[in-house]
Amino acid sequence: MDTDQELVILALCCHYCAYAAADMAGSMRLQYPGSVRVLRFPCTSKIEVNYLLTAFERGIDGILVAGCLEGGCHFLEGNLRARRRVERAKKLLDEIGLGAGRLEMFNLSSAEGPRFAEIATEMHERVVELGPSPLRRGREAVLAGVAGMASLAEAVIAGEKT
Amino acid sequence: MQASAAAARAMSLLAPARGTCIRTKVYPPQRDVTDEPPRIGVFICHCGSNIASVVDVEEVVRRTAVLPNVVLAEHNIYTCADDTQDTIKDKIGQYRLNRVIVASCTPRTHEAIFRDTLRDAGLNPYLLEMANIRDQCSWVHSAAPDSATRKAADLVRMAVGRAARLVPLTEDTVTVKGAALIIGGGVAGMTAALAMADQGFPVHLVEKSEALGGAARDLFRTLDGLDVQAFLAETIDRVIGHPRITVHLHSHVTQVEGHVGDFTSVITTGAKTRQVEHGVVVVATGAVEGKPTTFGYGQSPRVITQRDLSGQLARGELDLPKGATVAMLQCVEQRTADRPYCSRVCCTMAVQNALAVRERHPDARVVVLYRDMRTYGFREIAYKKARQAGVLFVRFDDDAPPGFSLGADGAIELTVRDAIVQRDLLMRPSVLVLAAPIVGQHDRQEVSDLLRIPINADGFFLEAHVKLRPVDFASEGLFLCGTAHAPKFLSETISQASAVAARAASILSRQTMPIGAQIARVDPDKCVSCMTCVHVCPYLAPIVGDDNKAQVQPTVCMGCGSCTSECPAKAITLHHYTDAQILGAIDRLLNAGPGPVGPGEGAYLEQVGVARPRWTEG
Repeated sequence: MDTDQELVILALCCHYCAYAAADMAGSMRLQYPGSVRVLRFPCTSKIEVNYLLTAFERGIDGILVAGCLEGGCHFLEGNLRARRRVERAKKLLDEIGLGAGRLEMFNLSSAEGPRFAEIATEMHERVVELGPSPLRRGREAVLAGVAGMASLAEAVIAGEKT
Repeated sequence: MQASAAAARAMSLLAPARGTCIRTKVYPPQRDVTDEPPRIGVFICHCGSNIASVVDVEEVVRRTAVLPNVVLAEHNIYTCADDTQDTIKDKIGQYRLNRVIVASCTPRTHEAIFRDTLRDAGLNPYLLEMANIRDQCSWVHSAAPDSATRKAADLVRMAVGRAARLVPLTEDTVTVKGAALIIGGGVAGMTAALAMADQGFPVHLVEKSEALGGAARDLFRTLDGLDVQAFLAETIDRVIGHPRITVHLHSHVTQVEGHVGDFTSVITTGAKTRQVEHGVVVVATGAVEGKPTTFGYGQSPRVITQRDLSGQLARGELDLPKGATVAMLQCVEQRTADRPYCSRVCCTMAVQNALAVRERHPDARVVVLYRDMRTYGFREIAYKKARQAGVLFVRFDDDAPPGFSLGADGAIELTVRDAIVQRDLLMRPSVLVLAAPIVGQHDRQEVSDLLRIPINADGFFLEAHVKLRPVDFASEGLFLCGTAHAPKFLSETISQASAVAARAASILSRQTMPIGAQIARVDPDKCVSCMTCVHVCPYLAPIVGDDNKAQVQPTVCMGCGSCTSECPAKAITLHHYTDAQILGAIDRLLNAGPGPVGPGEGAYLEQVGVARPRWTEG
């Protein structure tokens, strides 16, 4: 289990624009770094500061929040609310010394697959420069435990076959 | 859009037969899973070689099988194939699965399919979770299979974290009011009205001016030579004579309340008001020609717009001296930093008018000054004809717009730098014709506020999705057609309006319709009646109830979650996107979560039987 060697970046995407753009990047077979994991939200306005801080606390290396273009939000102004929240969270990250650079908000339309790949690459490169999160130690300890469970995996799969 | 338009035409013909050959699908009763601990089954898809050629699917199965609450993890060649779906149904029974994860393609296309599989197996459809390991993994990391495999395992792990906390949800149904309200009595509104009325639905057509027809009243011929005025007169006659269309002239819609399938609106005509009930709203408010403020427009009768010119040509009023020069200037006050969009129709209109001028006045010289000529589609043929007819096309650069001066005697002088030969040209045209922009109606903001629908940066109404839902608004039951949406040709307006009729019929033809269960709910015990949700909601879904606590009207709520994030008392929960579900995914990704989830954990308030405060009863 070597996820701990690799950077992990969360992409919190709204269903209507950013998630659709991420799908489109796939249909276009655009390549971007494998560190980015997408989590879908109905709208970026559902993303609370708490979610962002919890993810950082648990050791995430970077988060990008991606919503519709400003003025083009499916829910009128949800992305503007999200931006305000991201700005607030960035201030807190600076205050606790983790650095605001690990968090960024982007806007793109559902037709901008190439832009999604660009954003993912940009965020990955930024986090590579910043290095792994200093809060990762907890994550690594748990992972070491999980690695020991491989034999359990075999048992579950074997059980399924009988 | 064109397919929907064709469907509308077909439905008009088939209207008498509606509902005679339908079969209703029957689902088994849903198993009650509230007291069971989550038992998750994970089905990981190869998608032929789409996923499996990059991601080591068996490794993902191994990594998934050890996760808490997972009782079954397996891989399939095509999970969406009928036989695999039957297998899933069997496995749900065999392993008593109560949560299902499909790791395959995007939920945007396949969620509905797998939700149906769950319903067939007697599970609530909201107990499905998908992990997108194709569009957002194997396809974008085909050069890095190891990294893609790790990522796929992570995406499935996130889905496990979320799935363990999913809760069954029930969808409400509403009774559909089978009438339509159409705002705008131009070609778009009338076409939609006729198409819907022909299908058997009553229509209220509201026009703010004294007559039907809209902007088409100033159009005379299409490029194909069709007589727009004759078409318009015939359409107006049909609309006025149609037994199912009620026309409200000089009227405004002043209030719209309700939601898809069940709206109640107020139409105000002068001092009179009338209340109407309807199931859908169509916005067909049109657009207007923006009057230029540059190039001497309004200062000289010899500076006119393309629309003015086509009117003069149609009425035979264009009077040109012998050997006159007609200059046409394209992209006036458009495709600039202030107004970046293209009005789409002006190039074709210029070519059409240029041809007409050359035909009526063979000795007149027509010069078209342009930045880019775009005569869309087969209209290119007209452009070729214009060149053959001797119309001169002179290209200028964006950063070198023509110079203009108006002499004391009313003489027009234009200087332009030809971008191709890089020479300055001087001309003294008898008439200068400007390609004025098409701009949104000045009262569009009022319509937007009334219906809570978005306007884009160009000042036109914004559809839900440019490709997938081109005539719908994001809010259910609201539709859009004509130039209120964007500048377009008459023929495009007509097909869009027909498409709207087809989409609207998909609602109006039902007796009842289900509404999504992904909606916000207020916990009255936590609500401090601060009204934040009422201010935040873009759809006015929250109201204050008799107990002075906020309630979210389930039929109006669109499930965006804005109110849940803003509520200072954290009294609001968005069903299907609870904190526990979202944090569950994040925790599981980062391996920081607690152990297995127990029975009933994450259940919503109303499902665990918490009584409302006694003093609110009676």
